[in-house]
Amino acid sequence: MQAFTTLTGIAAPLPLANVDTDKIIPARFLKTIKRTGLGVHLFDTLRFDGAGAERPDFVLNTQPYRHAEVLIAHENFGCGSSREHAPWALLDFGIRCVIAPSFADIFHTNCFKNGILPIVLPREVCDRLMEDAEMGGNARLTIDLARQVVVRPNGEEVPFAVDALRKHLLLNGLDDIGQTMQRAPAIDAYEARVRQRAPWMLGITAT
Amino acid sequence: MAATAKTLFDKVWESHIVEQLEDGTCVLYIDRHLVHEVTSPQAFEGLRLAGRTVRRPDATIAVADHNIQTSDRSQGIAEPESRIQVETLERNVAAFGVPYFPVRDARQGIVHIIGPEQGISLPGMTIVCGDSHTSTHGAMGALAFGIGTSEVEHVLATQTLLQRPAKNMLVQVDGQLAPGITAKDLVLAVIGRIGTAGGTGHVIEYAGEAVRGLDMAGRMTVCNMSIEAGARAGMIAPDDTTFAYIEGRPYAPKGEAFDHAVEYWRTLPSDPGAHYDRVVTLHASEIAPMVTWGTSPETVLPITGVVPDPAAVEDKAARVQMQRMLDYMALTPGQKLAEIPVDVVFIGSCTNGRIEDIRAAAAVVRGKRVAPGVRAMVVPGSGLVKLQAEAEGLDRVMLDAGFEWREAGCSMCLGMNPDKLTPGQRCASTSNRNFEGRQGPGGRTHLLSPAMAAAAAITGRLTDVRELT
Repeated sequence: MQAFTTLTGIAAPLPLANVDTDKIIPARFLKTIKRTGLGVHLFDTLRFDGAGAERPDFVLNTQPYRHAEVLIAHENFGCGSSREHAPWALLDFGIRCVIAPSFADIFHTNCFKNGILPIVLPREVCDRLMEDAEMGGNARLTIDLARQVVVRPNGEEVPFAVDALRKHLLLNGLDDIGQTMQRAPAIDAYEARVRQRAPWMLGITAT
Repeated sequence: MAATAKTLFDKVWESHIVEQLEDGTCVLYIDRHLVHEVTSPQAFEGLRLAGRTVRRPDATIAVADHNIQTSDRSQGIAEPESRIQVETLERNVAAFGVPYFPVRDARQGIVHIIGPEQGISLPGMTIVCGDSHTSTHGAMGALAFGIGTSEVEHVLATQTLLQRPAKNMLVQVDGQLAPGITAKDLVLAVIGRIGTAGGTGHVIEYAGEAVRGLDMAGRMTVCNMSIEAGARAGMIAPDDTTFAYIEGRPYAPKGEAFDHAVEYWRTLPSDPGAHYDRVVTLHASEIAPMVTWGTSPETVLPITGVVPDPAAVEDKAARVQMQRMLDYMALTPGQKLAEIPVDVVFIGSCTNGRIEDIRAAAAVVRGKRVAPGVRAMVVPGSGLVKLQAEAEGLDRVMLDAGFEWREAGCSMCLGMNPDKLTPGQRCASTSNRNFEGRQGPGGRTHLLSPAMAAAAAITGRLTDVRELT
């Protein structure tokens, strides 16, 4: 996983609530066995018409937002399915940070696993960042994960919260599976206790 | 004692903590891992690249359901990309030693139908799958939730997940459901009340007389749609209904082991006085047959209602979004929901693809005909559900009425196999999501119960099933 330290980039305004994962990437593009190459299908129905032509009014089809690295949205971003193809598509397009008043839980987790930082900020703060984003290419946002601040174009710093473990993994680009595997003795011990207490919990065996 | 009173969720959560880390994150043990073809290939590839193995293949079960066709499959999967995904799954389960129900096995079906059906999903367990509707298994009294592919890989490698505890939410449904009102109406009413993000960060426990009165199929329908309310999971305390359902299932404990298990399962229901961070109470008698009108499951109303008017919405962003929904759905404010014509009727999915759902639809359809011009289909949730329905003659009831009778799979729930709406088509669907394009690009979805879907098929429009029975 690519580490996330600081990012300075163009932010695209997407003032929609409940942006669902089918909107981020429709199911018909899930027939891949790879993690890459999904950026071309990001927001497919919002970006393209039925014939595959770009919808000129969609934000990511306009300059400078074709090069956006941050997305600002409304409540409950990423609701719906567990498909990790949603963050994969965002990442493949170039988005490394999504800022919204709230996120759906599974999407929120999936972002951290892929080097994308989801930031939760109150609606009124998001609205101000949305105004910054609408100013275009000269109004870049800086996200500093180590200091946990979003720096607005006017220099104002907006603090945000992030779980300590997730921050550590993201800052260092660490694979959390490797970390957990180091806890194998504790997992072995847990399984041994279950084997004593309720052996039927352990394995799927027809009896 | 109130300080130590625990909820069902607290009990299952605490009994699965392997280790608690400094920042409160828990290494949570996972008892059952269900795997399907769409969200697993990258996870197995990750294991391979890192030289890792599957820690507990015997706690894992795989099946193909999302992208397979529901027409004849004797010649294999027709669509090339889908075939590659299923073949990849078959290669992966062989290489890593994971148990698998092949497509031609009668036990094949939608992953959330076959877990309970086989006795794989049991009370008190933690159950995960790379699919958000894993919440279905919470009906057993398990903690069951959907995960992304990176977490699928994490579970394959370690049989654990890094999780932070959720908050507790109680949805209490008092009283009894009126005749003709089903579990689907109940859960749609709940989502209408709390909204599509109402459960975010919470595990919902459903309780109350109306929930206790549901059979296991109904409980699965309710828990299935917890994710549509944004909840991490939905749970229902196990009781005699649960134990009777489990006993004798192929992978359930037998004999003395079953008795011991029941003894343990009886300790799981929430203690009196247990704390919930949020409590929502509904009265069952107020729940009518429900149908969605928009492109979010929270946009739901009783079938006796009318399409709402954006002009009445104060917040500008919300007003714009409602107008967008009405444009997409081609509906006008004030239009009666019961006058909306449908082109397609879909009965199936992990929400409503069980034998009880097909029986409910057949009871409405028996002796009647599908309205001219309507395509109506029944897609059993598993091969075994299909066989059971055929043994009861329900296939004849549906076929004689003009329904299609298809092979098991996710089918038209999600538009990634040949069962899709064409642009502009309107569908009465027993599935779980009415997002734009969910059932195919440009398709329009109205969510409802199997009985309501059957009624729509007969009249050719959204219909109050109580008028037909």
